[in-house]
Amino acid sequence: MSARDDILGTIRRSLGVSGKETIRRQIVADRLERAPKGVIPARGQLSGNALLALFKVQAEAALATVTEVASAADVPQSIAHFLRDHNLPATLRMGDDPRLRAMPWSETTLAIDHGPSGGQDLNAVSHAYGAVAETGSAVMVSGSENPSTLNFLPDNHIVVIAAKDIARDYESVWTKIRFTFGKGGMPRTVNWITGPSRSGDIEQTMLLGAHGPRRLHVIVVKA
Amino acid sequence: MSLNSTSPQFKDNAARALGDVQLQKALLNVKQGFIDKRQKATERLPEFEALRDSARDIKNHTLQNLDLYLEAYEAKVQASGGHVHYARNAAEARDIILQLCKDAGARTVTKGKSMIAEEIAINDHLESHGIVPIETDLGEYIIQLRHELPSHIIAPAVHLNATQVEEDFRRVHTHLDPKRDLSEPVHLLTEARTVLRERFLAADVGITGANFLVAETGTSVIVTNEGNGDLTQILPKTHIVLASIEKLVPTLEDVSQILRVLSRSATGQEMSVYTTFSTGPRHIGDSDGPENYHVVLLDNGRSAMLGTSFEEMLRCIRCGACMNHCPVYHAVGGHAYGWVYPGPMGAVLTPTLIGIDQAGHLPNASTFCGRCESVCPVKIPLPKLMRHWREKEFERHLTPATIRSGLGVWGFFARRPALYRLATRLAIGAMGLAGRKTGRFRWLPLAGGWTRNRDLAAPQGETFQARWRRERGRRAA
Repeated sequence: MSARDDILGTIRRSLGVSGKETIRRQIVADRLERAPKGVIPARGQLSGNALLALFKVQAEAALATVTEVASAADVPQSIAHFLRDHNLPATLRMGDDPRLRAMPWSETTLAIDHGPSGGQDLNAVSHAYGAVAETGSAVMVSGSENPSTLNFLPDNHIVVIAAKDIARDYESVWTKIRFTFGKGGMPRTVNWITGPSRSGDIEQTMLLGAHGPRRLHVIVVKA
Repeated sequence: MSLNSTSPQFKDNAARALGDVQLQKALLNVKQGFIDKRQKATERLPEFEALRDSARDIKNHTLQNLDLYLEAYEAKVQASGGHVHYARNAAEARDIILQLCKDAGARTVTKGKSMIAEEIAINDHLESHGIVPIETDLGEYIIQLRHELPSHIIAPAVHLNATQVEEDFRRVHTHLDPKRDLSEPVHLLTEARTVLRERFLAADVGITGANFLVAETGTSVIVTNEGNGDLTQILPKTHIVLASIEKLVPTLEDVSQILRVLSRSATGQEMSVYTTFSTGPRHIGDSDGPENYHVVLLDNGRSAMLGTSFEEMLRCIRCGACMNHCPVYHAVGGHAYGWVYPGPMGAVLTPTLIGIDQAGHLPNASTFCGRCESVCPVKIPLPKLMRHWREKEFERHLTPATIRSGLGVWGFFARRPALYRLATRLAIGAMGLAGRKTGRFRWLPLAGGWTRNRDLAAPQGETFQARWRRERGRRAA
């Protein structure tokens, strides 16, 4: 007997079931179909400026830095300022996200590279798919628009989030993912990112900049 | 099963640990670090208790239908272009992973943190076949350099101090300037980051564990703070997920419920830094990500735990809260437990994986204070399960003769209430009289092992039963 059949067989023997029970199959199919939400914390159930304010508080508590700009056209200047303020070189890597491409990069002196990171980049910018105010988390999806390597290899990761994409809770993001990718469908990777990389593995002292970015800088585009 | 269990020598291990000055210093970090942070995180979330119930119910529901959720999960992984492999035991899992690495032409393999990988001892297996495994979680990397098992399920190197790590780095990283400054923990972190960055970029295969597997979408979920798990799985051509069958949850909503209690229970964070949901290999048009995606599902005795009193242990989400709050763990650390899983969860799980004859000491190494159960995010009744192991040990006549005869003597009196009352009245009365002056005993016959490290408070001269009768009489009147 194959290992698969053996394991399923032992599970069924232990549970005292055959696997053919109509009721069990129906219950499981229903749960997968309906995906009940469970307990949703009241904390995130806000809207407008209050929701944005919560996102900011939570992201900063996770040691990200957050800045707000009025429109997408202000993003390049904001990034240039951020890099200058931290004495970082005026270089930037990004994928081919159309929202980023449409921004007026020529107004800055930033040297821009496109495509995934090979591990040599100091700075990268990605456009978030969404965000969750409850914990100040950015939600990224993989693809050539925003390659996953940009989330992890550069020292300084800048994430652009449209204010309207900030959700109250994780469940709202899943609803949106199902709308974008179809029920039961997923991009190769969904990353929830809550603050910059860290490790507490030496004497339980939290230190930033383990393997991922040392800085996570979030730019919220209000309009 | 890993061949290196020292669980049968728990008592010797514990005695050595108590006398280990470095270890005792390091263990203070567990006591001081984790408890307070968890407490504050739970206080910030009024729904925390309701979420614990929700997490418990989701796990119970999944376990009751595990056969069907496994089938649904498998179908979704295959539909997304991934492959599912089943392993009945550790040896089968090792062989499957070795073959996948050989198929990928692997010379080096990076690894995210995985307790299942420790359970099946995959590193030794790969190494003996000429493939170099590289642990990338900082704590796991440190203990790999030292050829040790993790001493904690989420903080593998918690038994070490920074000076010990510095010595290891100087011993192993011989290509670096011997005069470099490693006096601060941040220097150590930066050095590990630099050394491992090259390893990430060169690896042919990345092996990660999974905190959860989602049946709805065929997704594996990892939770890390360092980002090492992500670099392990997006850079090499082949990503292998190694997970045990009880990691299944039905839906993305279900995993979101449990994630809300996981990091708060583990490190007191609102959410870990990187929570990553991976589904299949890279899509057409993707510019990065692995080209091959394999999941190795390990049983190793878990399917047989279903339908028994130990089924509840399969709810465990490996947060480490039970050991963080355990007075025995605080005293002796994780290595004393002698195998992969320490603390209260290890005391319940280890006997099922390596046998009660090997690990019988572990469920006995508990004061039954109940803190582990009170902080468990999925409400596993750990003391009850440890008690079940003690009963099984007794039934199988594995309990040492002194304990058996002691229990026999106690049982003789317990079944004769009048005699029991008389005997306890005489004993407590005598002890009360003898300890009247100081209120404590610095030494007692037959209890030298206990009084060597602390005094025993002297009884006041009256038995509990006598006082109960008196108090109840007063209250009724």
